[in-house]
Amino acid sequence: MALCRQWLDALPVPQGVLKNVQEEGRETLLTMGLPTKDLEAWRLTDLNRFRKLLELPTFKKTSESRKYNSDTWAHPPREGIRIVLEPENNNGVSINLPNGIRRLTSSELKEHLNKSFNHQISNKDDITLAINRAATKEVLALKVEGNNLPPIELIMPAHTHTLNPTRVIILMEEKAQLELLQIVLGTDCSAHSHLIELHLKKHSKVNHGFIALGSGEACCLANLSIQQESYSDYSLTSIQHGWSLSRLEPQIVQLNGKGNTTLKGLQVSRKNQQLSTHSIVDFEGPEGSLNQLQKVAAIENSHSIFNGAIKVPQIAQRTNASQLSRNLLLSNLARIDTKPELEIVADDVRCTHGATVSQLQEDELFYLRSRGINAKQASGLLLKGYCQEIIEALPNDANRWDLINKLVHSSD
Amino acid sequence: MTSQDPNLILEISDLHACVEDQPILKGVNLKIYAGEIHAIMGRNGSGKSTLSKVVAGHPAYIVTSGSIKFQNQDLLEIEPEERARLGVFLGFQYPIEIPGVSNMEFLRVATNSRRLKRGEEELDTFEFEDLVKERLKVVQMDPTFLNRSVNEGFSGGEKKRNEILQMALLEPTMAILDETDSGLDIDALRIVASGVKQLSKPNTATLLITHYQRLLNEITPNYVHVMSGGKIVRTGGKELAIELEKDGYDWLDNDKNIKEVK
Repeated sequence: MALCRQWLDALPVPQGVLKNVQEEGRETLLTMGLPTKDLEAWRLTDLNRFRKLLELPTFKKTSESRKYNSDTWAHPPREGIRIVLEPENNNGVSINLPNGIRRLTSSELKEHLNKSFNHQISNKDDITLAINRAATKEVLALKVEGNNLPPIELIMPAHTHTLNPTRVIILMEEKAQLELLQIVLGTDCSAHSHLIELHLKKHSKVNHGFIALGSGEACCLANLSIQQESYSDYSLTSIQHGWSLSRLEPQIVQLNGKGNTTLKGLQVSRKNQQLSTHSIVDFEGPEGSLNQLQKVAAIENSHSIFNGAIKVPQIAQRTNASQLSRNLLLSNLARIDTKPELEIVADDVRCTHGATVSQLQEDELFYLRSRGINAKQASGLLLKGYCQEIIEALPNDANRWDLINKLVHSSD
Repeated sequence: MTSQDPNLILEISDLHACVEDQPILKGVNLKIYAGEIHAIMGRNGSGKSTLSKVVAGHPAYIVTSGSIKFQNQDLLEIEPEERARLGVFLGFQYPIEIPGVSNMEFLRVATNSRRLKRGEEELDTFEFEDLVKERLKVVQMDPTFLNRSVNEGFSGGEKKRNEILQMALLEPTMAILDETDSGLDIDALRIVASGVKQLSKPNTATLLITHYQRLLNEITPNYVHVMSGGKIVRTGGKELAIELEKDGYDWLDNDKNIKEVK
C-alpha cells in the first residue's frame, strides 16, 4: 500500500478534461491497493516487476524527454496516416486527418467519458485500468464516419526511465470501417500504461493490429476496451514480444449480441520475460459469434500466460464461440500457463474451447534436416511457420515492421 | 573390389537397428555402385522404410551394430543434415506438411546448404527462382506450388512430385526413394518416374523402395532385393519383381533355403 500511495502522491493534481477520470482512478487504487497473489487475475503475474514499474516516474515533458529514437522504426505507411502518441503532446493534434475521421468535440468527449465510466463500473477491480485512469492526462479521441479510409498507424514510442500513460478513444459510426495498427515500443526501463476504447456502432468494422515490441527491462500494460453493437465486426490481431513484463487485456463486450469478434494473439517469449494475455469476451445479447486463437511460443527460461474468459449469460442464446490456445514449449526451462474460463448460462449455444501444448515435432525437424538444413535453422523455420498464421492476419502493411525476423531471430 | 573402390557409393554391412527398443533391422548387407538402380521390395513391416530412415539419419532409429559407408565415409558418425549436404537424399513415403513455411524458402535454404558443401556459391532469391523454375519442368509442377506452405494441402501426387523437385535441386549422389509410387495415379507415376530417370546419372545411384512392379516398368532396376524380417533375403534382376508381382511373398514362409545376400 505504501508504494501505491507513494505513486499516487507523485502524480500531478488532477486537471483537464480527464480530471474526473483521474480522481476516480486514484480512488479505486487507494481502495484496492496493488494486486496480490490472492487475486486470481494476478496469481501468476510477476508482482516484483509490476511494483518496479510503479517506481518509475510518469512521463513529464522536458527538453530531453521528447527525444525518442525513431531510427529503428519502419518507414511510414504509404497510404496511411502515422500518429505518434505521446503524453503532453496534444496527442498528435498537428496531424491532418483525412475526410471521414475527425476529433471528438469536447461535449462528445464528455458524453463518452460519462458513458464509458458507467460501463467500466463492471471492471472497477481492474487494476491496470485504474492505473491508466489515475495517470493519463490527455486523450486522443476520434470519430470515424466513413469507409475506404486510409489506415491509421498509431505509435507509442519508448521513453527510458518513465512510465508512459496513454489513452485513445475511437468511435465508429454506423457502417464505418477502419484499419488500425498500433505499435507499442519499449527499451530499457521504459514502461507503458495504455488504454484504447473502441465503440463500434451497427454494421461498422475494425481490423485492429496491436504489436507490442519490447526489449531489456521494458514493461507494457495495455487495456483494450471494445464495445460492439449488433452486426458490427471487430478483428484483433495482437503480438507481444521482448517485454520483461507485459499484460495485454482485451475486453470485448457485444452489447446486444449479433456481432462478430475475431481475436488472434501471439506471444513469443525469451530469456526471463513474462508475457500475458487476459481476454474477456462478454455476450450481452443473442446470436453473437467469437473466433479466438491464441498462440504462444516460450523459449529459454521465459513464462507465458493466457487467460481467456468467455461470458455467455442467459440472454445470449444462440451464441457461437470458439477458443483455441496453442502453445509451443521450446525449452525445458520455459513455462506456459493457459486457462480457458467459460461462463455459460444460456442453454442454446455452441461454445468450443481447446488447448494444446507441444514441442517442435521430431518428424518435421527431421524432414528439414534431411534436406541439409541444420537443427538451429530448422527450428527457426518451424517457429517462423508457427508465427506466420497470426502475422498474416495483421492489417496489410504491418510487414513493414519486419516482424518475422524480430520474433524468430531476436536474441533479445 | 575393395571398399576403396571409387565407384562404390553405398556400402551397408551387417546393419542392426531398432526403434523404441524394438529390433527392426537384423543384419542388412547391401552394396550400391555408381550408375546403378536398386529396388527393395518386401512385405509391410519387413524393414524397408526403416532402412531408408537409418541411412538418412532419423534420430528415432538407433543403430545397434554394423556400418553404413557413403563414398567410404562412415555415415553413422554424421548428423542427418550433413549426410544430406554430402549427397544422401531420402524421398519420404509421407512427406511432412509444414504450415507457414513457404515451399520456395524451404527449397532455397536446402539447396544453398548443399551448394555450400560442394564449394558452390549460395544463390540469392532471384537466382534461385530461375533455377527452381527450370527444375520444375522435371516434375511438370505448377509454379504456384512454390508460394504455398511446404506440402500443406498438397494432394498425395503433388507431395511426391515436390519430393522429386527437391531431389532435382539437391542433385544427390545417393537417392533413396521410399514408396514414391504409392498413392500415385498412372499419369503422376509416369511423371515421377520420368523425373527420377532424368536425374539418374552415371556417377549417381538410386535405391527404390516399392511394393509394386509398376514403378519398375517405368524405371528398370539393375537389381531387385527382397527384404524379410529385417534382412535382405533374396536378390535378383528385374525379373524378380515380375515374379513377386505374380506369386506374392508366400514363398518366404515356406522356403527354407532363402539365400541371404552378403
